[in-house]
Parts: sequence; structure tokens; C-alpha cells
Amino acid sequence: MKSNIKENVMHGVFLIAACVSIFAVAMICIFLFTSGIPAMFKAGIFDNFLFSGEWHPLNDEFGILPMILGSIYITAGAILIGVPIGILCASFLAKFCPNWLYKILKPAINLLAGIPSIVYGFFGVTVIVPIIRDLFGGSGKSILTASILLGIMILPTIISTTESAMRAVPTTYYEGALALGATHERAVFKTIMPAAKSGILAGVVLGIGRAIGETMAVVMVAGNKTTFATSIFDGIRTMTSNIVLEMGYAQDLHREVLIATGVALFVFILMINVSFNLLKERGSRAEKRSRKKIAANSKE
Amino acid sequence: MEKTMYAKFPKMQAINRRGFVQKLREYKKHPFSLLTYLLVCIAALLTVGVLLSLIVYVLVRGIPALDLEMFSLEYTSDNQSMLPAIINTLTVVIVTLLFAVPIGVFSAIYMTEYAKRGSKLVKLVRMTTETLSGIPSIVYGLFGAIFFNGVLGWGYSLLSGVCTLAIMILPVIMRTTEESLIAVPDTFREGSFGLGAGRLRTVFKIVLPSAAPGILSGIILSIGSIIGEAAALIYTAGTVTGIAESVMDPGRTLAIHMYAQTNEGWYEEQAFATAVVLLAFSLLMNALSGLLVKKLGNKEMK
Repeated sequence: MKSNIKENVMHGVFLIAACVSIFAVAMICIFLFTSGIPAMFKAGIFDNFLFSGEWHPLNDEFGILPMILGSIYITAGAILIGVPIGILCASFLAKFCPNWLYKILKPAINLLAGIPSIVYGFFGVTVIVPIIRDLFGGSGKSILTASILLGIMILPTIISTTESAMRAVPTTYYEGALALGATHERAVFKTIMPAAKSGILAGVVLGIGRAIGETMAVVMVAGNKTTFATSIFDGIRTMTSNIVLEMGYAQDLHREVLIATGVALFVFILMINVSFNLLKERGSRAEKRSRKKIAANSKE
Repeated sequence: MEKTMYAKFPKMQAINRRGFVQKLREYKKHPFSLLTYLLVCIAALLTVGVLLSLIVYVLVRGIPALDLEMFSLEYTSDNQSMLPAIINTLTVVIVTLLFAVPIGVFSAIYMTEYAKRGSKLVKLVRMTTETLSGIPSIVYGLFGAIFFNGVLGWGYSLLSGVCTLAIMILPVIMRTTEESLIAVPDTFREGSFGLGAGRLRTVFKIVLPSAAPGILSGIILSIGSIIGEAAALIYTAGTVTGIAESVMDPGRTLAIHMYAQTNEGWYEEQAFATAVVLLAFSLLMNALSGLLVKKLGNKEMK
């Protein structure tokens, strides 16, 4: 009987622990939205917040359109740079590299994921910024610089998801292609890659999430100008850097508007999350279907 | 399927293997394949090259900049000592783990050992943890600044930083624990039940010990992310330079220390030194978790 009580108590404890994450998400949503959304309306949600380009907090002008665009530009740049390299590198890991090399490379990729973003940012300031400055002039802190740095930072995410998606494709696909006379490369890129498509896409979406939310590295290399950018050599400020730069001294409405910027960022992230989940669901459904097909064929 | 086939017919594998001359002949016929192959190799080289150049550059510039003054107990703007920041970082790591590990492990236990299959609650928990793991650290920082510093009235303090970080690493710990619990074979549980042990006893005496290396490697990975975190801490734990004497005191961790140094502009050499220490920590954490995963793999092989 006594042990029964203990069982029940611990069952309750485990249940409560499981509910903590639900509670945490609820709290985050409630407190962000209740402090952010009223500020949006106080400032004027469309004409003085979302669609305005004038950011002068001292004059109560809170247009964050340049920062929203900044986040989008830099994320797009990071994807353009990081995704092709990441996918190629993942296919090297999954299908090209010999076993002994894999044992060295895999930990290296993991390490790339483990390096703190502040160290990346510092590397960007001391190495990439001077290179860009020498090549293209200007201050060197620009959309291009931030895109390169973020492209490097999202590499491990893209590589590991792409690699596992490619490894999940049945080898029969590959062998069938070889038997039809395809070269190794053709078999990898024309049969395995399409079959792993949804997994790869999910990795890309994950990378987008990481790029758009990155703060410390971007603040150091993006230049942080609050105006619209006219070229990729212009400096720009993202939503994340806007928060981290001004939260320290902001007062009253200014502070609330910064929280509202966080809300806008949060909404972006939620949209990315939903599309990630949709992709994953579609991927697992497609996988099941193809498994069934193979099973049916092999029965015949 | 693939493995068993190759185990039965060892020579099967040789069918897919090609010699150098054969490859060369093939590439002559298919120049596009050669191009793809080169691109793939270049991408891999580029990735490794970036990693190596980052590590080597930081070490080469940082190690000469290290000196003993940087490890004195008292921070002054002259010596730029990082020891207070290191001590604060250790405090933050330990207290955060005290909060996050029990909650994370317990909830993973609930999800794998107690919940019924297809339970609505499990689905909801899984959805929320996925949401949590997607939230950028600056948003956590904002939430911490609003809730822990403001609503609960703790002000800038290690405790609010710790609570913010605990929520942030919760999904990592939950996911790794869940994965390693699922990997424990059901026969273990059945054996334990068959010997008359209750569910609780089975979980703590049988399932958890066999899942320990996996759980530990997840914890170590999250230690790495706590050490490197700056955005979530800067407006919760603050940027005060001294050693925090209690968890209610503000204090900067190593990552924030480095951010402050680069921000102020004239401490580049010292920032390199801090970067070396940060990098050393993350190398260590990565190596440790890699070792644990390897140990886990060996065990499974047996």
C-alpha cells in the first residue's frame, strides 16, 4: 500500500514536470503579447510601426520596416550562401567520404555547431569585415558580411539534417540508378537527393529560424544603420539587433516598442515553426507511402 | 536489410566499389559528374577550412594575449580580469542545471514511460517543446527581463538569468533524454516487471541507468550552450563586472564579458584572450559529449 502511494505521488510529479514546458510557452506568449501589442497600438500599428521607415525613438517615431527587411535580407543571404555549401558538404559526408575521414569530419561539424555565436561574431569583426572593407570599400560592416557569417553559422544545422535525410533513403534507390548505368554522382544527385527532398527542406527551414533569430554575431558585423539599405554593401539593422542595442537604456514607450519588435520576431518564428512542422509531416507521409509501394512491389 | 545482406555475401559490397582507373574513364565520359564531384569536395573542404581557420586564428592571436593578470580575483578596467566572469559562469551553469535537469528528465520519463500511446497531452507537450526550441535567445532574454526582472521584481540578478536559461535548455534536455529512454530495449522493462518491481522502481533502477550516457551527453551539450549564451543573459543577469555573492546579485558571464570587451572597442587583445577560454570550454564540452556517445555506441554493439 505504501509503495502505491509513492507510485502515485511520483506519477503526479512526472506529470507536472511534463506540463512545465506548456506552462513556459503560455507564460512567454502572455507576457510578450500583453506588453508588446498595446505598445504597437499606442505607437500606431501600421503608420508608425510596421510600415514606417523612420526610427527616431526620441521623437516617438518607431518605424521598424527597415529592420524587418534587414532580417529578411540577411536571412536570405545566409540561405543563399549556406544552403548550397551545406547540401554539397552533407552529400560528401553521406555518400562520398571514406569511413576514416568521416570519423574526423563528423565531430568537426558538431564542433562548428558548438562554437558560441559571440566567438563567431568576433571572428566576423576581426577577419571578415576587414576583407570586405579591402575588397569593396566602405566600413566593411554590411548585409554581405552578415550574410557570409550567418551562412557559416547555419552550416551545421543544414549539414546534419540533410545528411540524416539522405541516409534515410533506401539504398535500393541508389543501386537501381547504378544498375541503369548512372555514375555515382548522378545516382546521388538524381535519385537520393529528390527522395530526401522534404527532409532537406525541413533543414533549410530550421536554418532560416536560426539565422533570423541570431543576435550577438549579427550585431557585431551588420553595421546597425536604421535606414533602408540600397545595396548589399550597406549596413543594416535586424530586429534582433534593434532589441539588444537599445534595450539597455530605453524608457517607457520606447522600451515597450522594443518588446513589440520582439513580438514581431516571435510571430516570424512561429510562422517558420508551423511551416517546419507541415514539411516534416508531409515528409513522413511521403516516406510511408513510398515504403508501402516498395513493400507491395517486393511481394509481387 | 542492407547490413544483413552484406554480412551474408561479403563480396556484394565490392560490386559498388570502383578502382581509380575505372573512375577516371567514367569521368572522361561524363564531365558533368566530374564537375559535381569537384563541387562536393570543394564544399567539404570549405566547411572544414572555415572551422580550422576560425580556431587557429583565435588561438594564434589569443594565446599570446593571455596573461596571469587576467585571472586575478578583482576586476579593474586595467587588468580586464575574466576570473569573476568565469566564476559567475560556473554558478549559472550549476544552478541552471539544478532547475532544468530534474524537470527535463522527469517530463521525458512521463512522456516515454507513463503516458498512454497517442495521448493528447504528449502531443501538446511535444508541440510546445518544439516551439521552445525554435524561439531565439533574444526573445527569451526579453521574456526574462519582463517577467523575472520586472513582474517578480528580482531585478538584474543571476537568478533571473538562470531561470531564463533553464527554460531555454529544457527542450534540449527533454529531447535527448526521451531519445535515450526510447533506445532502452523493452525487454529490460519486461524483465524488471516480471521480477515484481513496480513502475517507479523499474524506471529508476533499470531504465535510467541504462539511458544515463545519452542523458549525460545531452546535459553536456546544454552546458556548452549555457556557456556561450549572451543574448538571453544581457538583460536578465546584467553586465556587472564583479563576482556575484548570491544568486540575487547581478553578474556577467564569460560570453557577456567578451561582448562588453568587443563593444567598448579598445580591448581587442583581451577579447581574443577571452575568446580562447570560451573556445576551450566549448571544445571540451564537445569532446566530452562525443566520448559519451561513442561509449553508448560501443555498449549497443555488445
